[in-house]
Amino acid sequence: MPSLAAKKSTRTPARSGRPAPELIFGDLWEFDPAPETADPKLKSRYDLFIDGQFVAPKSGRYFDTINPANERKLAEIALAGRDDVDAAYQAAQRAFDTTWGRMPGRERAKYIFRIARLLQDRAREFAVAETLDGGKPIKESRDFDVPMTAAHFFYHAGWADKLEYVAPGHRVAPLGVVGQVIPWNFPLLMLAWKIAPALAMGNTVVLKPAETTSITALKLAEILQDAELPPGVVNFVSGAGETGAAVMSHPTPVKIAFTGSTEVGKIIMRSLAGTEKKMTMELGGKAANVVFDDAPIDQAVEGIVNGIFFNQGHVCCAGSRLLVHEPIADLVLAKLKNRLKVLRVGDPMDKNTDIGAINSKPQLQKIQELVESGVKDGAEMFQPACRLPSKGYYFRPTIFSGVTMSHRIAREEIFGPVLSMLTFRTVDEAIEKANNTAYGLSAGVWTDKGSRILKMSTELKAGVVWANTYNKFDPTSPFGGYKESGFGREGGRQGLLDYAKLI
Amino acid sequence: MSRLPITKTPKPYAGGAFIRSESGRTFPLRDASGAFFANIPQCTRKDLRNAVEAAAKAGPGWARRTAYNRGQILYRLGEMLEGRRQEMADTLVRFGDEAAAAAHEVDTCIDRLVYYAGWADKYEQVLGNVNPVASPHFNFTVTEPMGVIGVIAPDAPSLLGLISLVAPIIVSGNTVVAHVSEKSAYPAILFGEMLATSDLPGGVVNLLSGLRKELVPTFATHTHLRGLSAVANADERKAIRLGAAESVKRVHFADASTAGWFEDSAQSLYRIRDFLEFKTTWHPIGA
Repeated sequence: MPSLAAKKSTRTPARSGRPAPELIFGDLWEFDPAPETADPKLKSRYDLFIDGQFVAPKSGRYFDTINPANERKLAEIALAGRDDVDAAYQAAQRAFDTTWGRMPGRERAKYIFRIARLLQDRAREFAVAETLDGGKPIKESRDFDVPMTAAHFFYHAGWADKLEYVAPGHRVAPLGVVGQVIPWNFPLLMLAWKIAPALAMGNTVVLKPAETTSITALKLAEILQDAELPPGVVNFVSGAGETGAAVMSHPTPVKIAFTGSTEVGKIIMRSLAGTEKKMTMELGGKAANVVFDDAPIDQAVEGIVNGIFFNQGHVCCAGSRLLVHEPIADLVLAKLKNRLKVLRVGDPMDKNTDIGAINSKPQLQKIQELVESGVKDGAEMFQPACRLPSKGYYFRPTIFSGVTMSHRIAREEIFGPVLSMLTFRTVDEAIEKANNTAYGLSAGVWTDKGSRILKMSTELKAGVVWANTYNKFDPTSPFGGYKESGFGREGGRQGLLDYAKLI
Repeated sequence: MSRLPITKTPKPYAGGAFIRSESGRTFPLRDASGAFFANIPQCTRKDLRNAVEAAAKAGPGWARRTAYNRGQILYRLGEMLEGRRQEMADTLVRFGDEAAAAAHEVDTCIDRLVYYAGWADKYEQVLGNVNPVASPHFNFTVTEPMGVIGVIAPDAPSLLGLISLVAPIIVSGNTVVAHVSEKSAYPAILFGEMLATSDLPGGVVNLLSGLRKELVPTFATHTHLRGLSAVANADERKAIRLGAAESVKRVHFADASTAGWFEDSAQSLYRIRDFLEFKTTWHPIGA
């Protein structure tokens, strides 16, 4: 492929390979703290939400949930055992048989609209709770997680009385009771992705939030009560792996929806072999973000940063493999390093924070281990010299350059703020490298050339392709993977159909 | 003295060629009267791997054909079967069908091919869409074929079952490696001769004869098969699901009874959809 950079005379000097001009802030302009102070209205103890009521776990056991930003305990969370999961499924089945499964779509719709509205009313409170429990920057929970959660409920609510348009040629019916297990990276949003389409279609739900981030699910249960959602339509059972296994292996659910790692997804798929349960799997990723030499570089750099450092890189579709066209590789790396130096890492509750706390200690250790492997494999590591808080789980934004396809940091999902940069010379090489992975969740492409965007979008084996943008989400936009990134879609008409039976 | 006719050596159509098993093994096939009919190649795991390789190689080219072209090729496959309708019906009779039933099966096969041929340039318009996202982006969802798909065909109706499973998979640009009925392998082998003369590129449909119990486990675990469309009993279903988990393979089991395959409900847009991936592309709107 001819280099476009060589042909144009209007390039800035920086494109020719000279170092990009650098803004040096150093310690000259220290930001004042800008803490978010809204009250998250936390309870000291959260019970299970079964059959419309908060109930203590039958075992009487609770576990602590901590704030990863300072390792302080936030609340106690009920630990659901098999008995509790069973009670939740009984309630869900009863609700499906007696209320929700029989209700006209227009009535179901109004309950779901209510949920969206009540969440909007309490948006700031939920954003603070989300940030405290999960470690993500308040600006992200405030501007992304919570509004997007409300948007998902609002979008799907409107479908509930229009289901005859979902599957042309067929009428659709709900499946019945659905079991759902969600991860800790977007606790509320993943909950909405799971619950909203299920409810719109007329299913009832037993959902297990992630062990480290149960609070906002159980707070949402308060909203479900305020919305007067019939008892049993949505049930929350909190706990860790054992509770999850109980949710998955229970005979009642006719469908299992899971978002999490590919490793656990495979375990679930094996455990469901021999049953007729339907499945949706939204699993891991190792997305390629491909930057061509004619791309708008500064926008691309912002996109790369957003692609990998959004939510501390705890994003299954994170653009964790940066593939840069060789002629601009040095320039992009230099600009990225400059950009990293001004990222603010620290207290998630500070409104200026760009990168908050890593969600848990085990996740921090996993990131550290993979980063060590990158250094050992011979890739060149860059981390800015930012100060990290003394307590809590933090990790500096990290860029590896000189990465090759065989390095673990180019193959394994790190799920942290770690970018692996590789280079390519031709379009074909970019496609080959981008697709050379067992995953296929998402990909990015940056170029000014329309036909190349469409070619890359066609060739990249991924369920979502962001062209000249990255990490954009919308309830109308189906999300989900190819290959070992799972199957089924969430969002849009396609996602809705995964909760339906064709008749 | 009457002339002794020559008999045909049955060879399944795989990789664009008529093959014997690499193992050299065969199993005898008897017709409905119990008379010896022919030796059928007993394909192995190695044959399956070779077929998957051929299918993977043929895939990108097949997927890049225009939808109109794929539609015409499927229609021509129907033409090939219509042209040898009597021969195929006679074959089904030889393996135990009543004459009327055999004719009905062949006719239904032809109609099914025509049905899916017509979908080639339409399913995208029904299944894909533009999404009105709440940001300045153009966002659209299209479908793409998954890649190489495994098919495990039923014993009855052996030909209609096979065609009903294969046609919706290949119409979208997927390629197929199919295990044909063990009990009634010959109609599928004869159908292979029509595949070969229908303008379908070699490697798009690969048929393997052989023993179910030998081949099903490899279908389940082969990581380059992105999906499986199977008629299988409870034990096989479990084995397939277990194997499929290793590479997060998409699995769809067909439930139709023998009579069910003849119904209009056995053909559907949603059988095409089963082996499609949805891809959503975002692009900013602006200068």
